[in-house]
Amino acid sequence: MNIKPSNLLVSGIINPAITLKFTLKQWDLFIRQARRSGVLARFSYMLEEKELLEKVPKEALIHIKSSQTYAKQMAISLQWEIQCIQKVFDQLELPLVFLKGTAYTVAHNVVAAGRFFSDVDILVPEDRIVEVERALIHGGWKSTHLDAYDQRFYREWMHEIPPMEHVKRHTSIDVHHNILPKTSRFCPNPALLLANIVKVSDKNAWVLSPEDRVIHSATHLFHEGEFDHGFRDLSDLDLLLKEFNTIELFWENLINRAGELDQQLPLYYALRYTSLFFQTPVPNFVLSVSKQWFPNKVHEVSMDWLFCRALMPNHPSCEIFGTGFARWVLYIRSHWIKMPFFLLVPHLCRKGWLRLFEQEEQD
Amino acid sequence: MKSKGIVLQIGPFTVSLESSIDSVIESVNKLYADYVLLEDNSSLFIDFYIKIDRPNLFRGYIQSQVQCYVDGKTPFKPLPLSQAYPFFEWGLNWIIASHVHYYLLVHAAVIEKNGDVLILCGQPGAGKSTLCAALASKGWRLFSDEMAIIDLESNELVPFVRPVSLKNKAINLIGDLSSDAVFGESYPETTKGTLSHMKPMKDSVLRGNERAFCKWVVFPQYKPEAETSLRSFPKGETVIELAKNSFNYNLLGKQGFNSLCNLVERSQCYKFEYSNLNEAISLFDELSS
Repeated sequence: MNIKPSNLLVSGIINPAITLKFTLKQWDLFIRQARRSGVLARFSYMLEEKELLEKVPKEALIHIKSSQTYAKQMAISLQWEIQCIQKVFDQLELPLVFLKGTAYTVAHNVVAAGRFFSDVDILVPEDRIVEVERALIHGGWKSTHLDAYDQRFYREWMHEIPPMEHVKRHTSIDVHHNILPKTSRFCPNPALLLANIVKVSDKNAWVLSPEDRVIHSATHLFHEGEFDHGFRDLSDLDLLLKEFNTIELFWENLINRAGELDQQLPLYYALRYTSLFFQTPVPNFVLSVSKQWFPNKVHEVSMDWLFCRALMPNHPSCEIFGTGFARWVLYIRSHWIKMPFFLLVPHLCRKGWLRLFEQEEQD
Repeated sequence: MKSKGIVLQIGPFTVSLESSIDSVIESVNKLYADYVLLEDNSSLFIDFYIKIDRPNLFRGYIQSQVQCYVDGKTPFKPLPLSQAYPFFEWGLNWIIASHVHYYLLVHAAVIEKNGDVLILCGQPGAGKSTLCAALASKGWRLFSDEMAIIDLESNELVPFVRPVSLKNKAINLIGDLSSDAVFGESYPETTKGTLSHMKPMKDSVLRGNERAFCKWVVFPQYKPEAETSLRSFPKGETVIELAKNSFNYNLLGKQGFNSLCNLVERSQCYKFEYSNLNEAISLFDELSS
């Protein structure tokens, strides 16, 4: 099978069946790209769904199954974690709204199968944060980042309080009151998000509406500064869009919603790069509407140059000329759009100073 | 300097090792001398990629540090350049323990005689590597001094033959015990003290595909002046102890539990105290005859 080495993973995700024509050397590289990007377990479920898993050569199959084993155990732990958080929320008169990976799991979205995650994210109204934090502390969670600067950084500027960690299980929960930092230029009104939440089980478990789930995923990825999981996150968007494609008026609602939440730009990127990378079936009218949100051709060409590099799997075999530079520019950009200049400069100086200082201590 | 790559078949894993550091290449040439080098071609699937090299000009040449790259990523902090070869062995342990969930992995030394496997499981410092090296130099076949690899379907032990890492006093002890023992370099001042590797016996390397079932699970404890004593240990507690020492038992769920129960069910389980290596060797030789 003649595929450019850098495109092995992308090609396999678009059409899992073509991997069956791979040579062992191609499988070798494919597994490394998929493992590094965090999509190996996801790929195992893609093959399973098409009943192709057992046709994979055994050398590669053991690694694919190994990753699936890991993901299955994670999914079990997540169910337990969700129950523990539900118990805390039973005492509060408040819907428990899950975000990101946990939301995909509780809503049984396709994208949840084989997805790794490192913490649970929830959304609560800002005026109830203190109450929620207190209840979580009662339930065994404690605040991290106890340093005064970090506390102030989170509580004054961010869209979440400092991550909380369970004292026994060492699991982590991020309590959000918005999906973007307060200091960000395009910070949406969180009341709009909470107004559209959907209940997904008999117990206290809610998620954002399908459109909002897509928008949040897009907002998160295209404000991101580090792209270690960029490829996985773009694949999340691809799978969400493919799943919601069958919902009546989904695309119309998506476009309207992006306007209401002031998230047209991230959605434009999401639609553009999912269709470029994964051939996601975005209807033409949606693509042309979203294109109008982005009228500047020069800007468009340069963002393409950056994202087409940064969003590739984070493996040396997928790097081309400029990949490192593109990731660096996008790192700077992410800070730039999340914080105004007068806050950003002192913050970065402090981070840089600490990095130097801590480095010395290590050595 | 141009780095050189080789591909080794180490137990069930195909491993690519790349390094431009002479001491790594020399140690590998000496300690892995009996292994077959694989030729890298389009029909070869490599399980894991390790590179041992200087991190950059500053850290590599001025600070004399070395880094272990796992398929291009660096999960560890750099180490002094003198520890380049042990870094490869530690890196390989880490890779297996964190990626291989298709076997049950237990932190233990494993050896075999007459088709029966002896698992030596214990905390670092309990003397399991010493005992393992001693038995391996007296006719037992080495499986591994670091981890028991258990096939989840057949419950057989899978050989993972590598140089045996010995620490501090154990190095001379084994050297005195066996005149055939070949050692690599000595590495003083590692986090585990002085470290040296014993080359695995040729027979163990050549029979690296021969699996076997467990017959004894032993928890050794070296104690100065202790009498040699072997005491029966309950099977239930043996399962729990092995689970505690496993790298991936918690990931494997029911499969891991069943596999451990099956293994312990067919084995005799003991606690073992010793201070005299020769007595220990005679005792295990007797047990196996």
